[in-house]
Amino acid sequence: MELIKDVDSIRKLFPALDQKVNNKSLVYFDNGATAQKPLSVIELTDKMNSGVNGNIHRAVHELSARTTELYEGAREDIRKFINAKEREEIIFTPGTTASINLVANSFCQEFLKRGDAVIVTEAEHHSNIVPWQMACERIGAELRVLPVDNNGEWMMEKLAGILDDKVKIISVAHISNVLGIVNPVKELINAAHKKGVPVMIDGAQGVVHCKVDVQDLDCDFYAFSGHKLYGPTGIGILYGKREFLDRMPPWLGGGDMVGTVSFKKTTYADLPLKFEAGTPNFIGAAALGEAVRFVRSIDGDFLKTHEDELVNYLTNSLSSINGVKVFGTSANKISLFSFTVEGVHPTDLAMLLDKMGVALRSGLMCSEPLMTKFGVTGMLRASLAMYNTVSESEYFIDSLKRALKMLS
Amino acid sequence: MITIKQAEQEIIEEFSIFTDWLDKYEYLIELGKSLPIISDNGRQENNLIKGCQSRVWLAADYREGRIYFTADSDAIITKGIISLLVRVFSGRTPKEIIEADLSFIKEIGLQDNLSPSRSNGLVSMIRQIKFYAVAFAANK
Repeated sequence: MELIKDVDSIRKLFPALDQKVNNKSLVYFDNGATAQKPLSVIELTDKMNSGVNGNIHRAVHELSARTTELYEGAREDIRKFINAKEREEIIFTPGTTASINLVANSFCQEFLKRGDAVIVTEAEHHSNIVPWQMACERIGAELRVLPVDNNGEWMMEKLAGILDDKVKIISVAHISNVLGIVNPVKELINAAHKKGVPVMIDGAQGVVHCKVDVQDLDCDFYAFSGHKLYGPTGIGILYGKREFLDRMPPWLGGGDMVGTVSFKKTTYADLPLKFEAGTPNFIGAAALGEAVRFVRSIDGDFLKTHEDELVNYLTNSLSSINGVKVFGTSANKISLFSFTVEGVHPTDLAMLLDKMGVALRSGLMCSEPLMTKFGVTGMLRASLAMYNTVSESEYFIDSLKRALKMLS
Repeated sequence: MITIKQAEQEIIEEFSIFTDWLDKYEYLIELGKSLPIISDNGRQENNLIKGCQSRVWLAADYREGRIYFTADSDAIITKGIISLLVRVFSGRTPKEIIEADLSFIKEIGLQDNLSPSRSNGLVSMIRQIKFYAVAFAANK
């Protein structure tokens, strides 16, 4: 198959991009929150909702067989996409948050004891803080925090001081949703494994911007969401190494996760179904498989060059505006820019830019501890996807300058 | 003193001259900048209504059967919208406030800012204004 190598061809596949908001052509720069969907994902979802719909794994009839095939086919495509060893290591969940909660509940029930500890970093999304905090409170364990420096980079030199025998798991973001820096996860995983500590990666942003190979990373868990990866909402993945998943107890009970059921004793299904209780979002799962096939149809070198071009343009043009401070500056930057403008409230800017057709994120961005560290009550974030262009970025910068003039 | 409805009508007429969003928002920014609408001791923690987007402070003073509001925000546009609300509600009896329907916000095209999902503190502010009215009415 011929791979797609230009942004115009990509844009044609995304109907949502071709619309007006507030009478202006939409410039969608809130991809860190959720991405738009390509036609193939929309079409598969429609096809299933309008006909190919039967509950998976349960019946012998034709529709059930076809949805089961789409569901398990998606699992296999996702396995290949992140290069997991076995299909049993790919669990469908409702999203990154659910994946992290699954591990924070099930792993911690088996492996975390009173007096133990869990490590996260200062630059985590609330979804990678709160589930661990809840587990620690429940069990009587301690949540430890690896700090970040003023550029937003992990202070790796502080790791040794908090990584002792009490630590049972570390959970960190591949790429921070605020800073847009690709974190040195491999280095951290190596350091943790030397101490025998498993590592969970929150890949909500990472899987969209990096080629993920879970075997090469050697991470023990990797979580991501479908909707940020051009797939539907309400579906996501938990990758876990079999050696852990096998030993972890089921978290949710109910249909599809059972072996045999009696009132005395229920046995559980094998992986991956052990962690997929109830009717899963099988249409979402099939469509996520389609989203992954879409991403694989784009030339990887093109994606890299294109993103570099966007990053360079925005780095230079944002820094040339008086009073702008970008958070997260590193050579490993993705096309995600959180910033403040001195003396201007981010909400005011976001409201005016919305009127100009530019969709941005503003506020605490689900990362209040990081906002506190940087001493701000909010930021503005432009997060770009593969379908965004330099000319959209130019329009965004012009609009930003215009909004600043209105507010000055 | 004019009624709440009349005050709302005045604002609707003021906004009717704006033909595009730009003029409207420039006016709100102007309102936000020009009005010191809360005293320093009003801008304190227990008057803070916290939203994800911007912060709003609201203080209420009850004198001779009427409630006087002062308010502030760290975001200028929010502050501009707040100044409209203060203009409509301040100096009213609790009964008038409880009965007000706030339809003028829709009329002037700012309803987008009031959907609960915007979490900019404005929805909470209106709720708080109504709470004050109910509380002062009960303590009469």
